[in-house]
Amino acid sequence: MNLEALTACLGSGSCAVTQLSTGLIIGMLLFLVASGLSLIFGVLGVINFAHGAFYMLGAYFALTAYQATDSFLAAMAAGGLGVALVGILFERLIISRVYGRDVLMQLLVCYAVILILDDAVKMVLGAEYQMMGMPEVFAGAPIEIAGGFVPGYYLFMLGVSALAGLALWFGINRTRLGKIVQALAINPQMVGSLGINTTLLYAGIFATGSLLAGLAGALAAPIRSLTPGMGLSILIESFIVTVIGGMGSIPGALIAALLIGFTRSFGAIGFPLFVDGAMFALMALVLVLKPSGLLGTRAAT
Amino acid sequence: MRPVLRDGLLALLLLLVLLAVPVLFPQPALRDFLIYVIAYGLLAMSLNLLVGLTGLVSFGHAAYFASGAYGFGLLMQSGAVSVPAAMLLTVGGTALLAFVIGAICVRLKDIYFAFITLAFQMFIHSVILTWISLTGGDQGLRGGIPRPRFLGIDLTDAMTLYVFCAVVFVACIVVMRQVSQSPFGYTLRLIRDNPARANFLGVDVPRMKLCVFVLAGAMASVGGIVLALFVSGAYPEFGFWTTSGEAIFMIMLGGTQLFLGPLIGALLLQTLNHFVTAYTEYHGMVLGLVILAITLGLRRGIADFVYEQMTDRAVRRSAARLDAGAAPTGSHAPGSIKDEVA
Repeated sequence: MNLEALTACLGSGSCAVTQLSTGLIIGMLLFLVASGLSLIFGVLGVINFAHGAFYMLGAYFALTAYQATDSFLAAMAAGGLGVALVGILFERLIISRVYGRDVLMQLLVCYAVILILDDAVKMVLGAEYQMMGMPEVFAGAPIEIAGGFVPGYYLFMLGVSALAGLALWFGINRTRLGKIVQALAINPQMVGSLGINTTLLYAGIFATGSLLAGLAGALAAPIRSLTPGMGLSILIESFIVTVIGGMGSIPGALIAALLIGFTRSFGAIGFPLFVDGAMFALMALVLVLKPSGLLGTRAAT
Repeated sequence: MRPVLRDGLLALLLLLVLLAVPVLFPQPALRDFLIYVIAYGLLAMSLNLLVGLTGLVSFGHAAYFASGAYGFGLLMQSGAVSVPAAMLLTVGGTALLAFVIGAICVRLKDIYFAFITLAFQMFIHSVILTWISLTGGDQGLRGGIPRPRFLGIDLTDAMTLYVFCAVVFVACIVVMRQVSQSPFGYTLRLIRDNPARANFLGVDVPRMKLCVFVLAGAMASVGGIVLALFVSGAYPEFGFWTTSGEAIFMIMLGGTQLFLGPLIGALLLQTLNHFVTAYTEYHGMVLGLVILAITLGLRRGIADFVYEQMTDRAVRRSAARLDAGAAPTGSHAPGSIKDEVA
């Protein structure tokens, strides 16, 4: 523990700004992954344990596309849309067979897919760490804010992830399709008997959730080193986020993701070895005090 | 034959098989492999008291496995106690830990129960990583775990260690079997199948859940002790969430409804891990495909699948006999007798 360092950092403008921006970035990436997870769980009732592997795939798709075309835009598109496609295949071929079965079966199937995807990436692209590098557009000098330096790419990431979150919220709460999706979560039989193709909707929702995970992976690719195992830690963290925020709640996921992001960034200075412990302690605390999560509504006890 | 007598004979048979295997096939590698199966088998079997018997999906069971390994290792390194005393103290201490954590966890249900048990486990894992002066941090408990002689038993001899582990293992299995066949065990099945009805019948559901949680934790710690004794150390991975995950996969691979199902799953997963790694570096791919084939093909654990096939056939045969002879006098559905026999 080094709490003096933490208070010293909070006191100095440059350190506080750096840690704040790092926390925001971690939080927004987590939010993208967790909101996809939350969306799939909220409507399909399936906990997609393979979501972390989709994040990993997104990063690798982006890397491959970037190396092939040298275009950052193509990298983003490959990450998001490529993973959405994988999500559709996964839903149609595997997950749809375990709808309504117990959680353990879903867990086992997802675990198998994680193992297969991890090894497939190892086979095709190699197991060693890889770097994508910062695209030239963002290679300029960092921007100074209140004495601290923030890379321009961070602002871009913030913008894109905020836009994606906003679009998701708008789509669910303000459109006709969103209303249908909400109805689907409550009573799929009724929605089906009104002549709406529920199978297509399920696949579409799974694709949207996967797209968010893939986009997060693609956004993370320039600033993280890529390894096939990178999906595991983000999976665990996004579970913490969905539990703290409340299963199926998008605004809850945002709050919880930022909470975890700041715990990580400031914890790295104050209690570097106990960051994981602190996150799980937070989750346990929320589960004990308000088991349905900060903004969740489902009964948990 | 009376069930208790039959169980006793089966336990004796299991012990004989375990002891006969290394005599018939004296390769040390096989013996080491079996000790791994024993340690992880205890973890999986104890977890199945929660998952299969009570319907509580715990995702943090490895916490007690790690607590057993670290507790035993630290006690033995202190040099103050003998092996059996250290084992009893560790099991008691882990039971206490499981009691404290369980008292908080059993109030939640379903996926929330899984998450909070996971949270506590990862919390303990972080404590192990952080408290370097006691646990050695991510390097694990180093310096070896001494195995002083007690009652004329010398555990430094590999074969003696194996026999000791096998006896402890079978003793634990007998205890778990007795519990699952006791009225308490049937109360747990009632809670699994219909908690509301259990409540109406006057069963104190949270208390029953807590009891089995503590028992399962204590049994898992024995698995940790066996592993610590064998590898002469304890590592943070014992308490990492992947260990809990593996235990769940063992249960699912083997089957939740047959008493020995998890043990079969443990044997299967350890075999896959040991032998597939020898042939290909992509053992995750192979394991993943096997799991997919089992879950999507058989749609249940292997032991459950074989058992259901056998009972189906038995029921069909007896039905055929009845058809051929006198008028049927009512028959069991395969599902209803499963629990009584299993």
